[in-house]
Amino acid sequence: MPLVNGGKIADDSFVKLAVDTPLPESGNVLVPAERFIAEADALLKRAGKVGVIWPNNRDIDELVPHLGKIAAVALVFPTFRDGRAYSQARLLRERYNYRGELRATGQILRDQFVFMLRAGFDSFEVKKQADAEAFMQTAKRYSVFYQPTGDGRITALHRRMQLRHSEGVGT
Amino acid sequence: MYAYDEIDRTLVNERVSEFRDQVKRRLSGELTEDEFKILRLQNGVYLQLHAYMFRVAIPYGTLATNQLRALAHVARKYDRGYGHFTTRQNIQFNWIKLAELPDALEDLSKVGIHAMQTSGNNMRNVTSDQWAGVAPGEIEDPRIWSELIRQHTTLHPEFSFLPRKFKIAITASEHDRAAIKIHDIGLKLIKNEKGETGFEVLVGGGLGRTPFIGKTIKHFVHGRDILSYIEAILRVYNQYGRRDNIYKARIKILVHELGIEKFSREVEEEWQHIRNSSLQIDDEVIEDIRSRFSYPNYEKLPHMPDELRQAAADADFEAWRKNSVAPHKVQGYSIVTISLKPIGQPPGDATADQMDALADLADKYSFGEIRVGHEQNLALPHVAKRDLPALWKALDKLGLATPNVNLITDIIACPGLDYCSLANARSIPIAQELTRRFANHELANLIGRLHINISGCINACGHHHVGHIGILGVEKNGEEVYQITIGGRADEGAALGNLIGPGVKFDEVADVIEDVVEAYLALRERPEELFIDTVKRLGVEPFKERVYATR
Repeated sequence: MPLVNGGKIADDSFVKLAVDTPLPESGNVLVPAERFIAEADALLKRAGKVGVIWPNNRDIDELVPHLGKIAAVALVFPTFRDGRAYSQARLLRERYNYRGELRATGQILRDQFVFMLRAGFDSFEVKKQADAEAFMQTAKRYSVFYQPTGDGRITALHRRMQLRHSEGVGT
Repeated sequence: MYAYDEIDRTLVNERVSEFRDQVKRRLSGELTEDEFKILRLQNGVYLQLHAYMFRVAIPYGTLATNQLRALAHVARKYDRGYGHFTTRQNIQFNWIKLAELPDALEDLSKVGIHAMQTSGNNMRNVTSDQWAGVAPGEIEDPRIWSELIRQHTTLHPEFSFLPRKFKIAITASEHDRAAIKIHDIGLKLIKNEKGETGFEVLVGGGLGRTPFIGKTIKHFVHGRDILSYIEAILRVYNQYGRRDNIYKARIKILVHELGIEKFSREVEEEWQHIRNSSLQIDDEVIEDIRSRFSYPNYEKLPHMPDELRQAAADADFEAWRKNSVAPHKVQGYSIVTISLKPIGQPPGDATADQMDALADLADKYSFGEIRVGHEQNLALPHVAKRDLPALWKALDKLGLATPNVNLITDIIACPGLDYCSLANARSIPIAQELTRRFANHELANLIGRLHINISGCINACGHHHVGHIGILGVEKNGEEVYQITIGGRADEGAALGNLIGPGVKFDEVADVIEDVVEAYLALRERPEELFIDTVKRLGVEPFKERVYATR
């Protein structure tokens, strides 16, 4: 499953651990939420970055106290029709100012890229190679956005205001 | 009319090209049917019994004549020459080919029409009063706000994969023609004591297998806060709405399970975080949207022109005028409802030729504007009274002057088993038979206002729960059986109907309805007492006794 990070296909620097996989001495690890909560101190003491895989039915509030110490949050789309993680992503970015890697995992198709970018994701475990390869092209598919989100893209309402004001200058 | 600007047009075009890519990937096998299903639903494409069905959005039920002609063109070129207007101010085409869909969408996009979010688990087409902007006594034109919300809900990055579909309706009149109480969010435009515009917000209404009337969640949300308040509701729903069972996934179930008090506390808490964000709308934004709505230059016309006085001698014209013509906020003008319920025909259908002809009439007599109402009828919103006789003649020639608006033959019905893969029973043939039974205009008029709503399955697309008489088709031991309720209504006094007795077979439905009506005529206190009021006064029992006495 290819990873898209920073807009292109990239190697995954994180190793995913299950609940009971022995902890490697070094290297970056992505651990399930329950393990992270149980072993946070031990995980954070070792060399290597720590990321957490947060399920979409667990309240994000529980993760908030740890956000300053972790390097990645992987949110989960069990199927692409389950959109709970979009809300989690926006809360992490917009309310809790999380600035680390925000990864989309699960059933990720190219058809979600724009929504995900707007919600604050910056890395994607894409299901199909062709979709991963089409990332940049797909990400640019839309140039008009009606809603303000934390991604800072200018909204249609805002653009209209700018147009009005610039038109107003000469009259 | 709202005129799309370059920004709106660009988005629609970008959506069409995305969908073209999705269809291409489906046809090449790159997308599985399971994957494609969600994507096509986001664009209004269902797979029905015989073919793909294509549902096109008519936001808040307002159409320009070039848009109606484009719909006629799609009906003619890609379908079988007709379209079906729905209970949510959309139009459906029943025989479309998948490979041609992107072209149909592209043709529609040229006149600012799209099919985004007309199905799927997202925020659906925003609906409103079909008389918006012309109804006397309206607080202000609700379409300004409808358009604001339409934009905000279109391709929303957080709420495009909700637990289930999500419908918003807006009214600005005391008499609710938009059925806001049976919507996920119902908005009633009101003014506060300072004269500022805002909304009473209702939540959790809906029909389907577990019907609920919406509850007021907040008595006044200021206009500037309406987007953040809607966003707060959606955010709570997106996170906590049930996803384990599609029949329990609508927001009405969440509201019911949490209770309105707890649900509203959750929303309030979320709202406090976001109400002072960039979601706050300033007056300038509203003015900008308002400025792209055009209104007719009405003439100063007499209340009672000579043409109307002369035509009053024609009994057929008078019957139509009294039935289908409603007061307009501007003197000398009328709102004309066009019945799409001719006797013996499927409710809500219009042929391509009728659509084209109607567009011509709207250009001539209604400042180029047409409306679609949730009762599956159309309206011309700005007809000068002096033009009524000429318009009537023209409509009559097109088969569009049936004087049965709000009468017993003005039936709402879903497509049912004739088209729909979810249906358990036929709806359209029941409607057709009922219109034949009550074809006599004198009789229908004598009965007075009476809404019959028919659904061919528990999903309730025909709004049977809120019909004055509701007919629900179910399947029992391989047979179509119909349950009949009375006393429902969808307006400001919204209520769910009550069963009057055991289900009846297909062939017996019309007889039973005739008996219900006969019972009403015998039971009403005076001719002015409407069916719905008699049921309210007496309850179900006396009807049940009379209808089932001999069965």
